[in-house]
Amino acid sequence: MTPWLTILAIVPLIGSVILVLLPKSRPTLAKQLALAISLVTLVLTVIMALQFNGASSEPFQFAESYPWIPAFGISYSVGVDGIGLVLIALAATLVPIVIIAGWRDVDTTSDGSVKGYFALILALESLMIWVFAATDVFMFYVFFEVMLLPVYFMIGRYGGPQRSYAAVKFLLYSLLGGLFMLASMIGLYVVSAQVTGQGTFDYLSLVGLEMDPTTERILFLGFFLAFAIKAPLWPFHTWLPDAASAAKPGTAVLLIGVLDKVGTFGMIRYCLPIFPAASEFYAPVVIGMALIGIFYGAYVALNQNDMKRLFAYSSMSHFGFIALGIFAFTTIAQSGSMVYMVAHGLSTAALFLTAGFLMQRANGSSLIFDFGGVNKAAPVLAGFFMFAALSSLALPGLVSFVGEFMVLLGTFQRYLFVGGVATLGMVITAAYVLRLYQKSMTGPLAPKLVGMPDLGGREVIALMPIVVLTLVLGLFPAPILNVINPAVDRVMTTIAATDPGPTVSSEGSGQ
Amino acid sequence: MSILAAVSVDVPFTLPIVDYNAIAPLLILLGAGVISVLVEALLPRGSRRFVQLFIVLGSLIASLAWIFTITGVRIVTAEGAIAIDGPALVMQGAILMLAILGALLMAERSVDPSGDVFAARASALPGSEDEKQFTARGYLQTEVWPLFLFAVSGMVLFVSANDLLLMFVALEVMSLPLYLLAGMARRRRLLSQEAALKYFLLGAFSSAFFIYGVALVYGYAASTQLPVIASVLTAKPGQTSLALIAMALILVGLLFKVAAVPFHQWTPDVYQGAPTAVTGFMAATVKIAAFGALMRVLYVAFGGMRWDWVPMMSIIAILTMLVGSIIAISQSDIKRMLAYSSIAQAGFILVGVIAASPAGLAGALFYLIAYGFTTIGAFAVISLVRDESGEATNLSKWAGLGRKSPLVGSIFALFMLGLAGIPLTSGFIGKFSVFAAALASGDTWLVIVAVVASLIAAFFYVRVIVAMFFTESGPQTASVVVPSVFTTIALAAGATVTLVLGILPQPVLELVSNAGLFIR
Repeated sequence: MTPWLTILAIVPLIGSVILVLLPKSRPTLAKQLALAISLVTLVLTVIMALQFNGASSEPFQFAESYPWIPAFGISYSVGVDGIGLVLIALAATLVPIVIIAGWRDVDTTSDGSVKGYFALILALESLMIWVFAATDVFMFYVFFEVMLLPVYFMIGRYGGPQRSYAAVKFLLYSLLGGLFMLASMIGLYVVSAQVTGQGTFDYLSLVGLEMDPTTERILFLGFFLAFAIKAPLWPFHTWLPDAASAAKPGTAVLLIGVLDKVGTFGMIRYCLPIFPAASEFYAPVVIGMALIGIFYGAYVALNQNDMKRLFAYSSMSHFGFIALGIFAFTTIAQSGSMVYMVAHGLSTAALFLTAGFLMQRANGSSLIFDFGGVNKAAPVLAGFFMFAALSSLALPGLVSFVGEFMVLLGTFQRYLFVGGVATLGMVITAAYVLRLYQKSMTGPLAPKLVGMPDLGGREVIALMPIVVLTLVLGLFPAPILNVINPAVDRVMTTIAATDPGPTVSSEGSGQ
Repeated sequence: MSILAAVSVDVPFTLPIVDYNAIAPLLILLGAGVISVLVEALLPRGSRRFVQLFIVLGSLIASLAWIFTITGVRIVTAEGAIAIDGPALVMQGAILMLAILGALLMAERSVDPSGDVFAARASALPGSEDEKQFTARGYLQTEVWPLFLFAVSGMVLFVSANDLLLMFVALEVMSLPLYLLAGMARRRRLLSQEAALKYFLLGAFSSAFFIYGVALVYGYAASTQLPVIASVLTAKPGQTSLALIAMALILVGLLFKVAAVPFHQWTPDVYQGAPTAVTGFMAATVKIAAFGALMRVLYVAFGGMRWDWVPMMSIIAILTMLVGSIIAISQSDIKRMLAYSSIAQAGFILVGVIAASPAGLAGALFYLIAYGFTTIGAFAVISLVRDESGEATNLSKWAGLGRKSPLVGSIFALFMLGLAGIPLTSGFIGKFSVFAAALASGDTWLVIVAVVASLIAAFFYVRVIVAMFFTESGPQTASVVVPSVFTTIALAAGATVTLVLGILPQPVLELVSNAGLFIR
């Protein structure tokens, strides 16, 4: 059997090493090579995804397992279910797009080390694939933490004026969560040693482990804190706006679009199945945090003057929806969350990249007031911006609508009131997104922008795949749902949650 | 035996039984030390360096090779004074390997334009006419080598001493040369001599505590041998007050060497003032030796009083971790920062010691090895970063260094990440091992404090990376000197071990867990 996942993860890593070894004087070669390697990875991902069997009864496909540190029951184990596969595909799709879009981003800001930026992107891709593929909790943790380093350097070395502060804040916040997760993970190991006599980190052995309820709740908190910071949920979000506004657009896309998904991925992959009782116990708290996040994020976004910060707060609001879906404990809501994760990845990429192109044309300013009337000078750019904005507010027909609708539907089934309140969040989203579009794109052309060029060929090429995917998956979400649904069903079975009966459903969904 | 007994009629004397095979590594080093002194006395100045290096590296390698031949030995020898067991052999091996790297650093002569990092004559007063003369004539000294060999011998003995008196002797054999070595920096000599004096006075003070404790133990148990103390403790349950006082005094002496709070005051001054090569050597090896002795005393002699010392040691561990990490944040000198970092690391190792289980012992051993190699590598880098006044240890001079010299910057970043305990470095596996052992022993709160302290510590390690990579280099930025093969080997070894123990730690984890427990 071909070790697909290992190959997939190693190809970008090798590419990254080759890039570092290239001479500094050949920046274009480095970029071309980075693009080629990311495209190879994408092709490999597609080939692998085509072999994925949605109806398989195996919990993980393409599974590999080798002993790594037997002294602690740690193995190198990878494998994917539908959720992991979709997120790996998202990462593999966004990386070449980011490379194309960021082709000239670091030419002037990097002390000549252009290759470094692209090497970091490839290293990050490799780590992201491992983190989504890991089926050993220790291995997941290792990549969860190591993944911080490329992003830390991408922000700290290549970012804007506040980069150093933002990078350190990002790293320390993430390490805080990571270290509590480490303590919990060790606790889990100790419990597994006490219960089974042999400590293990194997995911499937840890699922269904009998635990003392108090211990389970404490261990859950360690994992959840790490994921809540990563995602980020209110009130652990303060690093995100700083990181997003200091980072290059491409870095921000990978950070918010893919990396932060590790947080929500972790909740559904680790928190729920390993600590089912604790998850139910804490569900009201999490749902409360998610609701506050939806409104707080949207409200702050409504009052933002900085585009990148606006996107960061808007993402926080969207992460609220995703967490809500996961902790609503219904199949539809959880599937919706997974779709929403993909959708949010795509819409974030569209927003940050178009905004990035726009900012380049205004000397790097990201203040909304510096823009206006862009649709007159650069209609193509304005068009893409409109599309990105609509995708963010979940216009029907786009994939984000599928996700958001399913989350709300699933939440209504169980928590009528929560679902109703959350729906209001969509209204505020529409308000800030449309306000942004109106202020920056319509009206008289801002004097600074006179003579600005429209999007070039490279920029359109970078944005087109996002637009196509958003539309295709929005109109025809079956391919993605087909792989996600079995995985979500398995999670629901593991945590012994059942969807509420049809009576509640027919009352609650109120269609 | 019979002949000797016949000579002395009144006091029957039996020759002690010594397993020379088991203590050969120690004897090789002591012998080499004596020869090294003779070399200083007899050989002409010009040929000393070559001969000394030959003796030092030869004896270290021979001693290390001997240890590999006696890995299975578990024996108490020399009338119960020396215990050669698994943990002792592991620590002796680690000390010797690190000593080889330390010797390489100390042998480096191409980073300082004046030829050497050690003072031309240790006896010349700083700023005196003598000193100027010696410097002008280009004098280079080789007296550090006998001192170095005796210090290593002391450490090798310290981790296997099974008798408190012998342990005291080993402590002094190890410490006295180190006091001298600390005072021998060629540049900033006053700082160096101040460090040596502080180290000596405080060290002598702590030794006095130790020996007072030994005296009280003798009063209690009528013996200074660790297993005898343990058996007296079991024989007289309930009458432990004298033993308790004695144990506290002995621990003061040992915790001083470990650099645990509140016995840590000497560390920053000594780390800063001593020649960087010596600091690196000392930071890595003394930590292992001192923890080895500490664990042997706690487990073998006072294992029965575990419930008395665990709370006390827990408080010390918590203080050590927090004080070390918090004060490190405010340091602007990189050597002082690493000194506080070494204090914090001592706290993490204490977490493993307090677990008082086989897993805790194995974890602490792994941590010590990992820490030793990373630290010696970090100090090797520091010895290379210089400006016209010598080593540039102020953090402001490190700004932009990673952009100026990416390779050395990346290696130092690796060491910082290793000390911070980021996964895929040896420091992470070390932290993981001791935390796992502590949680299994039920010390949940200790682990939570340790986790918080790790985060605080990560901040100042990361700060160095920020300075090196995220700040523009300017005219104040120091330069990296190209070293000779000596430092290059030490640096490469430190970096390799930091990475390999992070990615493939299984062989070393097996080694430390197969080492078993201290022999009784």
